[in-house]
Amino acid sequence: MSITQAQPDRGDTETRVVEFDSGTHTVNFGPQHPAAHGVLRLILEMKGEVVERADPHIGLLHRGTEKLVEHKTYLQANPYFDRLDYVSPMCMEHSYAIAQERLLAIEDMVPERAKYIRTMFAEVTRILNHLLNITTYALDCGAITPALWGFEQREHLLEMYEMTGGSHYHVNYFRAGGVARDIPAELPGKLEAWMAQFPKFVDELEGLLTNNRIFKQRTVDIGVMTAEQAMAWGWSGPCLRASGVAWDLRKSQPYDMYAEMDFEVPVGRHGDCYDRYLVRIQEMRESLKIIRQCLDRMKPGPVKVPDNKITPPSRAAMKRSMESLIHHFKLYTEGYHVPEGATYAVTEAPKGEYGVYLVADGTNKPYRCKIRAPGYAHLQTMEALSKGHMLADAVAIIGSLDIVFGEIDR
Amino acid sequence: MADALEALIRSVLPGDAPVRYGRNHRGHELRLAVTREGLLPLMLTLRDTPALDFALLMDICGVDWPDRPERFEVVYNLLSVTANQRVTVVVTTDGEQPVPTVAPLWPSATWYEREAWDMYGIVFAGQPDLRRLLTDYGFEGHPLRKDFPLTGFVEVRYDEVEKRVVREPVKLQQDFREFDFLSPWEAMTTLPGDEKVHLNRLADEAPGRIEAPKP
Repeated sequence: MSITQAQPDRGDTETRVVEFDSGTHTVNFGPQHPAAHGVLRLILEMKGEVVERADPHIGLLHRGTEKLVEHKTYLQANPYFDRLDYVSPMCMEHSYAIAQERLLAIEDMVPERAKYIRTMFAEVTRILNHLLNITTYALDCGAITPALWGFEQREHLLEMYEMTGGSHYHVNYFRAGGVARDIPAELPGKLEAWMAQFPKFVDELEGLLTNNRIFKQRTVDIGVMTAEQAMAWGWSGPCLRASGVAWDLRKSQPYDMYAEMDFEVPVGRHGDCYDRYLVRIQEMRESLKIIRQCLDRMKPGPVKVPDNKITPPSRAAMKRSMESLIHHFKLYTEGYHVPEGATYAVTEAPKGEYGVYLVADGTNKPYRCKIRAPGYAHLQTMEALSKGHMLADAVAIIGSLDIVFGEIDR
Repeated sequence: MADALEALIRSVLPGDAPVRYGRNHRGHELRLAVTREGLLPLMLTLRDTPALDFALLMDICGVDWPDRPERFEVVYNLLSVTANQRVTVVVTTDGEQPVPTVAPLWPSATWYEREAWDMYGIVFAGQPDLRRLLTDYGFEGHPLRKDFPLTGFVEVRYDEVEKRVVREPVKLQQDFREFDFLSPWEAMTTLPGDEKVHLNRLADEAPGRIEAPKP
């Protein structure tokens, strides 16, 4: 293309021809972009405002979790898992706890109450995660109010976290053989009170977004993924279900108490950004049902396996029993030994299939711990999803995929 | 469940397929060990047989065993949503021998293979995009190898004089402390002076695997 610029008449009339290439140009999206959901560096090759190629550069939050875990005992490694997907911490510990239980051959000994607590908190965490995702996703599409409302609800749930695990995020609560400690007596009441008002909040949130003309224009038919494509790309969780695949590990390969829970699996039809939003909204309502059932059915009882070679003895026992003291000392220095073997343990984390491939060599440290993060597989499809879309659509797509870099970069 | 799956896979694979059948997780998970040459035919069968239908490649991960002749294991975790089955496929390699890429079968393999290359230096033949993924631009070495120290080799800092980020060898302000709390009685299975008795006992427990020392 060439542009002929007529210079203003300054006596000698001059005509200048400026040549420039109208082919593609490259846009550096992030790593410090508010819509990049963390530290995503996305190299976008644009033709005008249309995305031709998208190359995500990840690893800017790589902390070497897998390497660090190899140098810690099994117990010391647990807190690293909270820091993977930091918006749904307890779900990150879940697969790791189950993987250890399998290798230790104690999965049948985990007390029922512990399983109920884990199931309940996995669902609390799912709501936590979806609240953050939906509201920031709406923020990316231009709606500010959902974020303001949603974070208030999140705060209430994080208080439940703090009551139980002692911290807002990095609770280190799910352990091999159960949970770290029992839930406080006042937690069920607080959770009930919160649950009483939450459906109304979801209705209001939907009132802001579901039929919102602007939100729909930004998301309907954007970033469409068919069921076949989604499976070939290794999708899982709400993203896969939005593409019409009724696949939920809580139903198909149940763990903890999910086999006894009564809930629906919402499935989308179009596989676009809007369906991914709808699936998450419905999942929050279903999670509420599961929390309700857990609260109703939970009976008092122990919350960890009684084997003091794996779980610590109580404080009171340590004051009286020499053996308990030795157990405590050994557990917090040497840790427990996990018999040789390997397993791939999966749970349905809020973002999808969260797997831990754990290799044990019989010592007190994991030999290898591969973390399979759902967001990793989702982000990889960025190019397939955004090709041919506008730059602003790429933002909506990133929001709809629920990208959190803690788990992708590890 | 794993037994039924093994029988099914045995029935669809040709008899001379270079596959060894094993178990993970005390027999609950099926683990197929295959040669590098046999990988692609096996994967194609697993993916395209309607009764198996392993349409999802969930994970590829490397494992380093420095003492073995082929030190790296590449572990593929496949999922079939129609049969509700999982299978683990394992290939071994060393630093040089390339493993054939499975990216043409599952596009999701690309990032997992890039990660395995980045972390272990495992080469995937036919993978068009074998760039580093998680480590820094210009990083050298493969950090998840067992002989790569936890502290790494280089550290980066911003140099106020040169006005740029500089890389220099790691300087530790105090020695790296790796606490080994492993009880000697558990770590050392054969105690000094006790070799013969111990090996005899092991040979009794697992005949065929361990040879008893000659009297």
